[in-house]
Amino acid sequence: MLGGATVPGMLPPRPSRERRPDPPALRDRAIDNLRFIRETMERAGSFTAVPGFGGVAVGVTALAAAALAAGATSVALWVAVWLGEAVVALAIGGWALARKAHAANDPILSGPARRFGLSFLPPMVVGGFLTIALYRDGVPQALPGTWLMLYGAGVATAGAFSVRVVPVMGLCFMLTGAVALFGPEAWGNWCMAAGFGGLHILFGTIIARHHGG
Amino acid sequence: MAKATPARAVPAPHAAARPRVEPAQLDRLIHERIRLGIVSALAVNSTLTFNELKRLLKTSDGNLSVHARKLEDALYVKCTKSFAGRLPQTDYRLTALGRRTFEAYLDHMEALIHASRER
Repeated sequence: MLGGATVPGMLPPRPSRERRPDPPALRDRAIDNLRFIRETMERAGSFTAVPGFGGVAVGVTALAAAALAAGATSVALWVAVWLGEAVVALAIGGWALARKAHAANDPILSGPARRFGLSFLPPMVVGGFLTIALYRDGVPQALPGTWLMLYGAGVATAGAFSVRVVPVMGLCFMLTGAVALFGPEAWGNWCMAAGFGGLHILFGTIIARHHGG
Repeated sequence: MAKATPARAVPAPHAAARPRVEPAQLDRLIHERIRLGIVSALAVNSTLTFNELKRLLKTSDGNLSVHARKLEDALYVKCTKSFAGRLPQTDYRLTALGRRTFEAYLDHMEALIHASRER
């Protein structure tokens, strides 16, 4: 067999190595496959239970609420305006979620949406109790920071099951909450406007553009 | 599309000297991109609907149906048809066999990467 013969002055042939697939190419394909799997798994966990357009709408109503609350003549009125906004936001968010789910022919409580909701809920419940306690104990100035931070915590933890932009949004809310909590009291309403208004509009637009409405 | 390879490949005599990843170990059924996408998506969700998978993989109804059917025939995924109100709905979930096969596939890819580093 000629394959095993050597000619003086020439390098011996390497038949067995040349027949195999090129190792770097094989490795590159394996890396590419693993990357595809990871990206698919990331996107599969997302399905943006948070509707983007709903987030934008919530942001707009929050800006209106911030303008209204800025002119409030008492703490009770200020709290009432923002609690009213919370109810409006819940209604808009719920409607947008149901609409998105219906458009996709999906049950609202299936898979990713359910996990997102279950992760989001505990900080919201805590926020409800803290609102009562802080208002009753006469420290309403802590409410903007508390609300923003707890909402941010809820979005960040729920966002662990979602696309990267959602936990980033949660972190931005937490940062805004930290500013409200440790900054001057007068910043409270502005931080509420920047967080529940600005961040909702910004991230809602991103989600709507890149993650199906 | 990747074609199926024989179940057992006869190793070359020189290959017995050192351990290496055999091509025959690769599960060609889930190696194809759409099917790999279906299995990957179902690995992180207990169930996904047909429409969810279609949006996720950005593919057509027909293409998804064909590939999902192949996975169903191999018993890698389980398909359940129901009605959400008046609308028909198809849910997919990964079977235990499908999960094991997917994990073996991941191991195979990692082994390929490690093997190429050792050369």
